[in-house]
Amino acid sequence: MTSAFSWLYSDVVKDHFTNPRNVFSPDEDFKADAEGMTGNVKCGDQMLFMLKVEDDVIKDVRWKTYGCASAIASTSMLSDVIKGMTIRDAYNIKPEDIATRLGGLPDNKIHCSVLGDKALRAAIDNYLEKTGRAGAFRNEGAKIVCTCLNISDRDIEEAVKQGARDWEGLQERTKIGTVCGGCRKEAEELLHDYVHIFGD
Amino acid sequence: MDKRTVYMDYNATTPLRAEVKEAMKADLDVYANASSMHELGRLARARVEEARADVASIIGAGSDDVIFTSGGSESNNTVFATMFHRGRRGGRTGVVTTKIEHPCVLNAARWLEDEGFPVRFLDVDNTGRVDMDQLARALGPDTLLVSVMAANNEIGTIQDMEAIGALAKKAGAYFHTDATQAVGKIPVDVDRWQADYLTLSCHKLYGPKGVGGLFIRKGAPIEPLIRGGHQEHGHRAGTYNNPGILGFGLAARLAKSELDDYEAKTRALRNRLRDGLLSAIPKIRINGHPDFVLPNTLNVSFPGAEGEAILLYMDLAGIEVSTGSACASGSLDPSHVLLATGLGPELAHGSIRFSLGRDSTEDDVDYVLGHLPGIIARLRAMSTVDA
Repeated sequence: MTSAFSWLYSDVVKDHFTNPRNVFSPDEDFKADAEGMTGNVKCGDQMLFMLKVEDDVIKDVRWKTYGCASAIASTSMLSDVIKGMTIRDAYNIKPEDIATRLGGLPDNKIHCSVLGDKALRAAIDNYLEKTGRAGAFRNEGAKIVCTCLNISDRDIEEAVKQGARDWEGLQERTKIGTVCGGCRKEAEELLHDYVHIFGD
Repeated sequence: MDKRTVYMDYNATTPLRAEVKEAMKADLDVYANASSMHELGRLARARVEEARADVASIIGAGSDDVIFTSGGSESNNTVFATMFHRGRRGGRTGVVTTKIEHPCVLNAARWLEDEGFPVRFLDVDNTGRVDMDQLARALGPDTLLVSVMAANNEIGTIQDMEAIGALAKKAGAYFHTDATQAVGKIPVDVDRWQADYLTLSCHKLYGPKGVGGLFIRKGAPIEPLIRGGHQEHGHRAGTYNNPGILGFGLAARLAKSELDDYEAKTRALRNRLRDGLLSAIPKIRINGHPDFVLPNTLNVSFPGAEGEAILLYMDLAGIEVSTGSACASGSLDPSHVLLATGLGPELAHGSIRFSLGRDSTEDDVDYVLGHLPGIIARLRAMSTVDA
């Protein structure tokens, strides 16, 4: 049975899927200092992160999701990893780091692990906003282009700096437009601009 | 409850039944080429023709009018390729099909569309039935082909085949139906439906994979997809797949003789499952048509829970089913069938298809009823979406 399951997912994924850590229970009294939600039920996954923060260190975390096994497992793993971290370090966790800790995810499931990371960043942004430091970890005025996955113009700029030169390359790095695709026109215009600025 | 394996994915495929397996094993020793003129070849050929008669019989056809293929996808593609050649020679070019066809019909139709054929994909109502007024309006003097599946693989909805066939024939079009899910589950009759082409698959009938059939009415055009030797009257080249064809024949003969029992048995189990789920799990939705539905099929949406997560929790409990969730499909969209019935994306993502079969038992159903309510409650508790 184990090998039949790991054909699809690793044992670590299976463990986090069957015993997800830090899931919010409506019965408990969890007073969050900040919350962040991302994703869209229309697209098949949605994620909520709730944080308790003291002196910019994450003391405790809860989350909820409407999502698949990968989304559940990667968010469970992420929630474990960030406990005790500074909000700045947590903000900079890459989805690839989580995927690696999970023993890898199938290619078409990377998208699901991105969601937890984006929800976490939304929660930290919410905390920064509440503490009068809105956008401290991100350039002021960053604009969300892909609302499904919370991907900003800053993310597109960063992807181009790292070598994305066309729509496929941009999607490979950011997963932008892989959900509803409604942002493609705007994203391609930005892509064009950034390639012009940073391209070789 | 002890862990066991409960297979409820018979619309995906069926196990090879014991009688068929034994007959195929014996047939593996009949090694001669069924096209050879010598005695061993003639013996092999006789077995092919006997199987052909059995396969033709389950759809009410004469045995001269059925050819063997590698499966349903090949049969469907043969019909669309035939229409391509037909349309290219002048005359009618219009194709009318539906939004809920199997991908092999949808993609074959899109191919014709790319080649310049006018193709119309009909809507279905919220039970998955074709809009007959829209069909009537879509037909005209240019309609070359009407292709409508007899029963849907995901939601089990059965179309009004006699009415659709009558409309297609009245318009002077050829009428094709993909009856892959219907054959062996409900009565199928090419004459009552006025079908010019009908697609069959063997592995949905407790026979082997890799074998299918295509009914071609006398006088209807046919262009080979695979060119070569003179097998199948030149309509489909390639050395006869003797053991597969023999298995298909026996599976079809048994399915025909057991049809009434099959219907009664699967319907009772399906209803037990449906009623049990409705009473044990709040706020669920049964998809498909309440009456015009395959007896073995139950498609359910579980608001607040995502289908792939449901499927994998069930998998861990030993229950094998399918889902319409995008997460399980490799694409980003949920089931095109459920969306076509007007179901919102969330309910489509949260859908599970249970398909029962001749080996299903009440214990299987009760095992599912014992596990699923807990799974749904657990996923709903961690969900951002209210049920």
